[in-house]
Amino acid sequence: MENTAKETVLSIRDLSITFKTGAGPVNAIRGVNIDLPRGTTLAVVGESGSGKSVTFKAAMGILASNSVVNSGSIVYNYRHNDGTPATVDILKMKTRDIRRHINGKRIAMIFQDPMTSLDPTMPIGKQIMEGMVWHYKTPKQQAWDKAVRLLTEVGIEEPEKRMRQYPHQLSGGMRQRVVIAIALACDPDVLICDEPTTALDVTIQAKILELIKRIQAERGISVIYITHDLGVVAKVADFVNVMYAGRIVEAGTIDEIFYDPRHPYTWGLLSAMPDLDTEDDRLYTIPGSPPNLLHPVPGDAFAPRNAYALNIDERLDPPLFRISETHYAASWLLDERAPKVEMPPELKARIERMKKEGI
Amino acid sequence: MKSYILKRVLISVFTLLAITLVLFCLLQLMPGSPFNDEKLTDDQRIVLNEKYGLDQPVLVQFGRYVANLVQGDFGVSYNISKNTPISQLIQTRLPISIQVGGMAVALGAVLGLILGVIAALNHNTWLDSLCTAISVLGVSVPSYVFALALSYTLGFRLKWLPMLYSTNTPFLSSVMPSIALSMFTMASIARFTRNEMMEVLGSEYMLLAESKGINGAPLILRHALRNALIPIITVLAPLIVDLMTGSLVVEKIFSIPGVGSLLVTAIQSNDYNVVIALSFIYSAMYIGIMLVVDLLYGVIDPRIRVTGEGGRMGFFARWRLVLFGRKKVAKV
Repeated sequence: MENTAKETVLSIRDLSITFKTGAGPVNAIRGVNIDLPRGTTLAVVGESGSGKSVTFKAAMGILASNSVVNSGSIVYNYRHNDGTPATVDILKMKTRDIRRHINGKRIAMIFQDPMTSLDPTMPIGKQIMEGMVWHYKTPKQQAWDKAVRLLTEVGIEEPEKRMRQYPHQLSGGMRQRVVIAIALACDPDVLICDEPTTALDVTIQAKILELIKRIQAERGISVIYITHDLGVVAKVADFVNVMYAGRIVEAGTIDEIFYDPRHPYTWGLLSAMPDLDTEDDRLYTIPGSPPNLLHPVPGDAFAPRNAYALNIDERLDPPLFRISETHYAASWLLDERAPKVEMPPELKARIERMKKEGI
Repeated sequence: MKSYILKRVLISVFTLLAITLVLFCLLQLMPGSPFNDEKLTDDQRIVLNEKYGLDQPVLVQFGRYVANLVQGDFGVSYNISKNTPISQLIQTRLPISIQVGGMAVALGAVLGLILGVIAALNHNTWLDSLCTAISVLGVSVPSYVFALALSYTLGFRLKWLPMLYSTNTPFLSSVMPSIALSMFTMASIARFTRNEMMEVLGSEYMLLAESKGINGAPLILRHALRNALIPIITVLAPLIVDLMTGSLVVEKIFSIPGVGSLLVTAIQSNDYNVVIALSFIYSAMYIGIMLVVDLLYGVIDPRIRVTGEGGRMGFFARWRLVLFGRKKVAKV
């Protein structure tokens, strides 16, 4: 995980975040470690409420006002314009400095619902130009030209006309393209995509994913996908982090997670993926629901839903076991004293099939 | 756009005619006559009625009145100020009421907006509570209480401002009445602004703007306030007309020679022409301001920009937006 051949752009260490709610504090993030190697695509997968969005909202300094960062660091490595490397801990920065030096300029974010994430009273063009003018005092004409280029780059036809239009005059897919253009306006080197295709219909989904992929290849930026859709992950990611109840339970390369999953939760997620070739007519679901983080979770948070849970899971949270240079999983099953447990046979058969087809 | 305005103006003209007709009929139904001097004999009354055409059927009177109105003639006063043309009677009073009311609107709207924005930005802190307390006070305490309190402190005790209106110092003597009148507007606008701002601040486009790096005043003014303003204008428009047309109580307290007191006197003494003329002017102002507000919507909210055909938000749709929030309406 650490010190892979490539330089790490974003390194989240031991992050812990609590939300103060009327019912009491909710420990949404409980010691998360994530590394983003430069120029790669990292997917963070998990159910709703697993804390995947919160983790990266912390990196953007846009956490809700009732949240408290208890501990941890989000170290961001970048280069100044003259090429000298620099390192900052975003969690230690003032909000004003994050806005000035990080947001939009170096780390940009794409939100889930393009229907609500554009300002309804501002023309598209102005929304794209706003960041450039704000950060770099780019002259109007220059910003306009660049915005038109960006709209062309994200595949919007008649960009000059669109520049003057308002969000309600565009379709959902076009709006998401505009959101992407806004994110690219200041040439960031990290792009965080928070469920970028969830609110779009399937045909548009594929196009948006291809667009982000193309942009990444052309610009060489690092991309983080926050998603619950393993289908999206399979299409785009180099590395996958599986998140459950505010912790990373398994991390590895895309091949390791899809062909050699080790954590029972990952098994569950993969089994729950719809697949035409599976013999069983019914779609598998992981039984139960995630724990309420309002109460402290003793032991492994996944244990109550885990058919392979061991006695120790009730008492002790498993550490991350190292499987390979890049592959880690937090499950007591990986301890040398644990009984040998294989993944469910249906999943094994499915993985074999996938390997053969070479997906 | 042009045809839309033309249509609206035409509708306004017919509305005004209808209002005038209803007023004519209502006044006819009221007991008494403008000529209620005890010294007048019955014969003299008949002569007077004939002279002013009051013996004619209502529709004939109405037709004659409208014919005169088109030429800008509101008729003459029957008894408040005998045979004085009404335009002359109003000429001196209306500007005073509009000036006091206008100052009140400006003060109330600006202060209300500021209070509301402060409350929303400092949600759940003492500042928020303070702003809420001020708006509850402003909504629940009648304007004459403020008027009397101001008159006593600033006028009588401190002698900073004149206690009674004087035409020599129109601005200074309008200060206290406009403050008293503005309290209700300020309070309702503050409460409304706070709610709207809270909703806008929680929206995803604010998050996107922040993640672009925008913060501080540009974030609030460019993204938040502009979106929050749309429903606020709907609430403000009727308040403007209320204030412009004068308030009887506040006019009495500061003895302002405005139209509010004129209207009450006219109704009491059956001075038909004055009542009709003032009602006509109020209605015209109301309709005019509503038209301006409708056009303003288009400037502020591109989603309801006038397209020439139908398909834009009507008055009731906007009130639905005000009452139920924008999420429900946005789907329509």
